[in-house]
Amino acid sequence: MENKEILLTMRKISKTFPGVKALNNVDFTLRKGEIHALLGENGAGKSTLIKVLTGVESMDGGQVTLEGKPIHVKSSQHAQTLGISTVYQEINLCGNLSVAENIFIGREPMAYGMIDWKMINKRAKELLNNLNVDIDVTKTLDSYPVAIQQMVAIARALDISAKVLILDEPTSSLDAAECKELFTVMRKLCNEGMGIIFVTHFLDQVYEVSDRITVLRNGELVGEYEAKSLPKVELIGKMIGKDYEQLQQIESAKKAHMENKESYLTCKNLTTEGNLKNLDLEVNKGEVLGLAGLLGSGRTETVRALFGADKILGGELSVKNTRIRNNKPITAIRKGMGYCSEDRKSEGIVGELTIRENIILALQAKKGMFRFIGKKEQTKISQQYIKLLDIKTPGCEQQIKNLSGGNQQKVLLARWLATNPELLMLDEPTRGIDVGTKAEIQKIVLELAEKGMSIIFISSEMDEMLRCCERMVVLNDKKKLGELSGNEKNEQVIMEMIAGGKSV
Amino acid sequence: MKKLTRNQIFWPLVALIVLLIYNAFFAKNFFKISVVDGHLYGNLIDILKNFAPLALLSIGMTLVIATGGVDISVGSVVAISGAIACSIIDGRLGIFNHSLVSALVSALLSGLACGLWNGFLVAKVKIQPMVATLILLTAGRGIAQLITKGKIVTINSAPMMKEYYFIGAGYLLGLPFALYIVIAFLFLVLLLVKRTAFGLFLQSLGINSKSSMLSGINVDRIKLVVYTISGFLASIAGILISSNIKGADCNNAGLFIELDAILSVAIGGNSLNGGKFMVQASIVGALFVQCLTTTVYALGVPPEAISLLKAIVIIVLCLFQSDSFRQRVFKGFKRSVKGADAA
Repeated sequence: MENKEILLTMRKISKTFPGVKALNNVDFTLRKGEIHALLGENGAGKSTLIKVLTGVESMDGGQVTLEGKPIHVKSSQHAQTLGISTVYQEINLCGNLSVAENIFIGREPMAYGMIDWKMINKRAKELLNNLNVDIDVTKTLDSYPVAIQQMVAIARALDISAKVLILDEPTSSLDAAECKELFTVMRKLCNEGMGIIFVTHFLDQVYEVSDRITVLRNGELVGEYEAKSLPKVELIGKMIGKDYEQLQQIESAKKAHMENKESYLTCKNLTTEGNLKNLDLEVNKGEVLGLAGLLGSGRTETVRALFGADKILGGELSVKNTRIRNNKPITAIRKGMGYCSEDRKSEGIVGELTIRENIILALQAKKGMFRFIGKKEQTKISQQYIKLLDIKTPGCEQQIKNLSGGNQQKVLLARWLATNPELLMLDEPTRGIDVGTKAEIQKIVLELAEKGMSIIFISSEMDEMLRCCERMVVLNDKKKLGELSGNEKNEQVIMEMIAGGKSV
Repeated sequence: MKKLTRNQIFWPLVALIVLLIYNAFFAKNFFKISVVDGHLYGNLIDILKNFAPLALLSIGMTLVIATGGVDISVGSVVAISGAIACSIIDGRLGIFNHSLVSALVSALLSGLACGLWNGFLVAKVKIQPMVATLILLTAGRGIAQLITKGKIVTINSAPMMKEYYFIGAGYLLGLPFALYIVIAFLFLVLLLVKRTAFGLFLQSLGINSKSSMLSGINVDRIKLVVYTISGFLASIAGILISSNIKGADCNNAGLFIELDAILSVAIGGNSLNGGKFMVQASIVGALFVQCLTTTVYALGVPPEAISLLKAIVIIVLCLFQSDSFRQRVFKGFKRSVKGADAA
């Protein structure tokens, strides 16, 4: 491995933003044909390093060489012509254009002064075939699932004859099977001599696919390691410093208080707008109920139906033994429910509003428009939650969009906690959040349950689910496969249930 | 100082003051105010009187734009409301003949109905706001024509003419009566926005309607209310305009005024993408637009050139409201000062 040819080096890279030293003398080396994971908590400097490399930000000091020659990247266009391509976390393609158009947008091959559509479609098909994807490229992009869209984004990046491919959190919206597909493609590209920089929060995936790992912390280089020779526990330690014990505490904080089962919510034979079929579900007071399943299995659809975001077409939903008809978010909120969507950016935060306004929103809606909470009271409430949840911000008058993902998630938690809910539904509350905050959020969840709040917890990370949930409902293909509790639940059993599609 | 320049209302106010200063030098007697017939008289008073309809429209337009929408039908609502009011005052509608109260109530109801219709199309039928209100923009003047049976209604000799004329052109305590109407509605809307959660909900849904809905805000109802307010205020504007000219001209009353209203909102520094808004700033914007029009007339600029001049002023103003533009200009300025020092 060691004698692989060096493709890209970054030496002593520094970058200062007003008030923050984002990068401080960071070194990074990428070899030909390797997958190199770039890891670190939020704010460690991963994205800044990527941005410097792709010309989005200019660096204050340092040197970059590509294939031995010093380069100075001026813009992302320039980076692409040099052979450095990036696929960003949020897919920035146009859903209403065809797949082929998306791949060639801005650099359409021309023939006789007109766009050569035949050529576009043919090349697009070839490129995707190369990635083991065989689809109709003339259909619009949004008619395909996210995983395919991701492949299209990669195909687009590859067409610019890339030497270095940067994948920024490519798997955050993919399920396990789709990740496998992506990794196969990544390996294939590596074997063809490309160097891949892989930024992710999923440590298991790092070990599954990477050859080498570079860890950053607080804008400084912690070190570069061979993936094989660095155990996961040590890796986490390097990423978060000494706070590692937190993770273990969670294990012990969990209590098995299954004795006094009192039902809070039941649904029978529920069929919904989100294609959920004949779902029976019971949520008890003070329990953490996990919804397990792959992406699209019906996890999100279940909580959306309970919260009134999706229409219920058949079956019964009752809360505390009273039947709810015509469920709407505001009805659910007044019945004591809260729901944090998996899509924090477009269904959670209200970007340009302040932290205070974001926290107060659901409580104000619950009280009604004319029972206005005065600004003093608002400030008091939000400061209380900023303290309680340890939200890192200069003050409650900051716009929420300026916070990091983890802190935004905490503000959204605060929004629901302020309404004093009896059932809190958290859909992927720790996605895209650094390890430290992840552990904090898990701890909060368990503490709330101990105080008697019911919680429905959804996560794609199985060990997180196993750590937090007392009982798990396994879903597949919008149907319930079964329930597991206590010692029955382990990763193996759940995987087998999903894979076999059989009920228990 | 930075805090001051960041305030949304700062730049519209600066623009207004600059325009007034310009007038002080170049327009004869612009600031002269005399007392005629027991009320104040002069260019400034004229501006205050004439800006009233635009101000009312810009209040409604600010709220609509805050939802991320737009209401381009207000000009037509002005025509409808004026047509109804004048037809009743004139006694040609056949019902409520010559009754001032009925005229006003019917005109206002027509505005409410138009607003509800727009709101229904946008919030319930989910038509894009521009298209939804385009329907009434197109149909509205036709409806007004039907009401007046295709004629221009003049109310010069109607029994309640004097009382009706007072609303748009009369004076109370020396100041135009229309100004009091604007202040009253500004106050009411501010009350709604600041003293209830309406303002918070409105901003929230304008920024991110999905998040707002999932936080329990009834997004559709707020949109419905906002379009209704806009329609209602447009009908008052219609009364003011028709009263001022003692008649209803279905083809020309409030023609293109929706564009001036949108312009006032923009000059007020409100984002046309929706979200954060400031009603007071839009009022200052409306005042600026009216002041500009009056200035241009006072300077004797040929009418053909007026729209061009307006366009130039607006471009300059918009540039100055942009943070990045100001930074560039002032940075360049600072650098040249430094250079001069070094030399």
